[in-house]
Amino acid sequence: MSTEQISTNVISTQSASTKHISVKRYLPDNSTETYWQEYDLPVDDSTSLLDALNHIKEQLDSTLSYRWSCRMAICGSCGVMVNGIPKLGCKTFLRDYEGDIRIEPLAHFPVQRDLVVDMEIFLEHLAAVKPYLIDDNPVKPYDPNAPETYQQTPEQLERYKQFANCINCGLCYSACPQFGLNPEFLGPAALTLAHRYNLDSRDNGKKQRMAELNRHDGVWSCTFVGFCSKVCPKHVDPAAAVNQGKVEAAKHTLIALFKG
Amino acid sequence: MQQRDFDIVIVGGGGAGLRAAIGAAEQAKAQGASQHIALLSKVYPMRSHTVAAEGGAAAVTSAEDSHQAHFDDTVSGGDWLVEQGVADYFVHHAYQELVQMERWGCPWSRKDDGQVQVRRFGGMKTARTWFAADKTGFHMLHTLFQTSLKYPEIERFDEYFVLDLAVHEGAVIGVIALQIATGELTLLRAKAVVLATGGAGRLFRFNTNAGIVTGDGMAMAYRHGVALRDMEFVQYHPTGLPGSGILITEACRGEGGILLNKDGYRYLQDYGLGPETPLGKPENKYMELGPRDKLSQAFWQEQQAGRTGKFGDSDVVYLDLRHLGEKYILERLPFICELAKSYINVDPVKEPVPIRPAVHYTMGGIETNPQCETSIAGLYAAGECASVGLHGANRLGSNSLTELLVFGRLAGEQASQRAAQTEWADERLLEAQGDRQQAKLLRLCDGTSSEENWVELKHAMVQAMESGCGIYRTEEGMRHSLDTMRQLRARFNKVRVNDTSKIFNTELLECLELECGLDIAEASCLGALERRESRGAHQRLDEGMQKRDDVNYLKHSQVFYQGDAHAELRWQDVDVRFSAPAERAYGDAGKGEKA
Repeated sequence: MSTEQISTNVISTQSASTKHISVKRYLPDNSTETYWQEYDLPVDDSTSLLDALNHIKEQLDSTLSYRWSCRMAICGSCGVMVNGIPKLGCKTFLRDYEGDIRIEPLAHFPVQRDLVVDMEIFLEHLAAVKPYLIDDNPVKPYDPNAPETYQQTPEQLERYKQFANCINCGLCYSACPQFGLNPEFLGPAALTLAHRYNLDSRDNGKKQRMAELNRHDGVWSCTFVGFCSKVCPKHVDPAAAVNQGKVEAAKHTLIALFKG
Repeated sequence: MQQRDFDIVIVGGGGAGLRAAIGAAEQAKAQGASQHIALLSKVYPMRSHTVAAEGGAAAVTSAEDSHQAHFDDTVSGGDWLVEQGVADYFVHHAYQELVQMERWGCPWSRKDDGQVQVRRFGGMKTARTWFAADKTGFHMLHTLFQTSLKYPEIERFDEYFVLDLAVHEGAVIGVIALQIATGELTLLRAKAVVLATGGAGRLFRFNTNAGIVTGDGMAMAYRHGVALRDMEFVQYHPTGLPGSGILITEACRGEGGILLNKDGYRYLQDYGLGPETPLGKPENKYMELGPRDKLSQAFWQEQQAGRTGKFGDSDVVYLDLRHLGEKYILERLPFICELAKSYINVDPVKEPVPIRPAVHYTMGGIETNPQCETSIAGLYAAGECASVGLHGANRLGSNSLTELLVFGRLAGEQASQRAAQTEWADERLLEAQGDRQQAKLLRLCDGTSSEENWVELKHAMVQAMESGCGIYRTEEGMRHSLDTMRQLRARFNKVRVNDTSKIFNTELLECLELECGLDIAEASCLGALERRESRGAHQRLDEGMQKRDDVNYLKHSQVFYQGDAHAELRWQDVDVRFSAPAERAYGDAGKGEKA
């Protein structure tokens, strides 16, 4: 291996500069009004928005509240609006922004404080679609004394794998105009999760889930804006899942009609 | 103060906590009973750090493999500080737990015939690690969380920070928790409590861990007199990204990735792991598939010898995957590609990935017996927060994801059995302990200006742990770290929280986490200083202490909390009933060994 092939200077503390960010504050103990607070902070090429928030918290203003945990785009905690677009703070880099950066809590969710939103409705929607394997009469029930897996080929896995990669960050709900208008809409992540299990060769629960999916607040509330898939940080493509779900729901309705 | 009654309270919503909750619910059902289970977590369960585990979960799977071999790998990997009865139970229950996960829908990677695929992992004699691409922990956590939704008897308390256990006459009677969204305290009366609160990697500056991995549960049990065991053993994962410490899975090497120094030389052959294995033909227990302690130590040696490269400010070596080819890399290691591209702008398909060791895992923890019970009746612990004794002085990669299933289930079942035979304690006992916690919070948030800055204390803690308790340690360095922790603990009493809001006060949580961290950091430093030998992840440079000393130190360290006074250390015998201590050997040197 020649040394030319080795990157040595991508993380550069030499390029440190100052950036200005504005954060929308909401401190309900003090006031029901929101306000913008301005911060100047040192950044380099590797500074993520989460790094910036942590810098503010530790060095500038310990009262700023926000969620975070893994800082590697897998736990789904740190979603915020960046200049009006839902983003994960840990996967957003300040080097990609010219000029002012405006940070707000995720849209369409009730704000609890500062950048922290109430995710309860999101959790309720996930639970509503029965997001677990349903196989009420398995050929071979699980027996811990003689444990046996289902068979599933790589092709069968491939059918749902992408839809199993959702990290529950909620960015797609902030991107979804329908969820903004009607919080009862199950929304992109929950519908995708239902679709993930419906497509799983081991599952027999589609019928049970269809009642929930095939109502007004289910798949039919989606108007196929597709912004959910654009903002998804894990390329899950919820818009595809929801619209494949519509086909399934329509089939389910037709079959029910014929069975009349 | 709100009070609620539950049969079982589980603290922590990661893999071990969720598995315990489901295990308890199933156990009660099998007894024809219904028990009410509370699952508390300071974050939504799917945010728990299990989510970041990448490589896989080990269990004897192929016909050529054996329980004996998995046992021997684990015991030798742990440098004979493993509780052997526990390891024996573990290897015999590993496979059924992974199958159970499969039956719950976990998307394990598959072979063409539809069977579950296994991959190689470090320190394991053969391929026995189940995986779901390189997001195994993520898929396991989401599968467990989603499956838990089937059980109405499990009531979740998301974003509740548990402040303390309530203990009366040697038995646990409940917990006191802070609802983060409102700042209100809730008392949960319980007949049994399971701690599943994760490790303490955030004691160190440079680590692979999530921000939440602050050792809160360990501190809680410790302050009530439960021993923290083997806390000096902290695992450095050999491959973290420079700058952030973000984890680059061992599966990269399991799939055939190689490690190079700045001269492009596979340096591991110089550290008892050779001879060099041919490119693209990884061999178990050779070279890159040695155990983590040895690989991290080899990095340090290369660094001392000036053979590491530079990436920004970091000394690094290189993980080269290119020979695996784009298609294979993207199929098996897609998350690694995403991480390396996003965080250091390196595409593993095209370039070697600069990496360096980072603190990854806490081998020690809350001492439990082989049934996961602590010295407090009715208090159980499982997963990384616990020391059930599986990992000894060095954990093998892919044993911990299986551990949280095997022992999470066991802890849940034990708690359920205990709850079935126990009555609730008098609720006034719980109220009194709740009042004490309320008073403590009021003191922390009394609105006076802080004489000590929590940020300064935190930075001093993580710096001292890194400099004194790193990959190689010296008497002087460890003594300095221990003194530092004792000073910081005293200084913490003068910390006040600047933010006086009750709603989502994350500064208060940071302070509470720091206080936990300082207590257990003292235990870790004390164990390290007193262990005057080198074993597994605890390597000393001091003369006469550079080798393992079974005569004096084939013992677990146990550290006991003494309030504001210095913590105390005792030694405990190790269960070596099946396998007498022998030399750990890898590469050709290990060819003839029993495993």
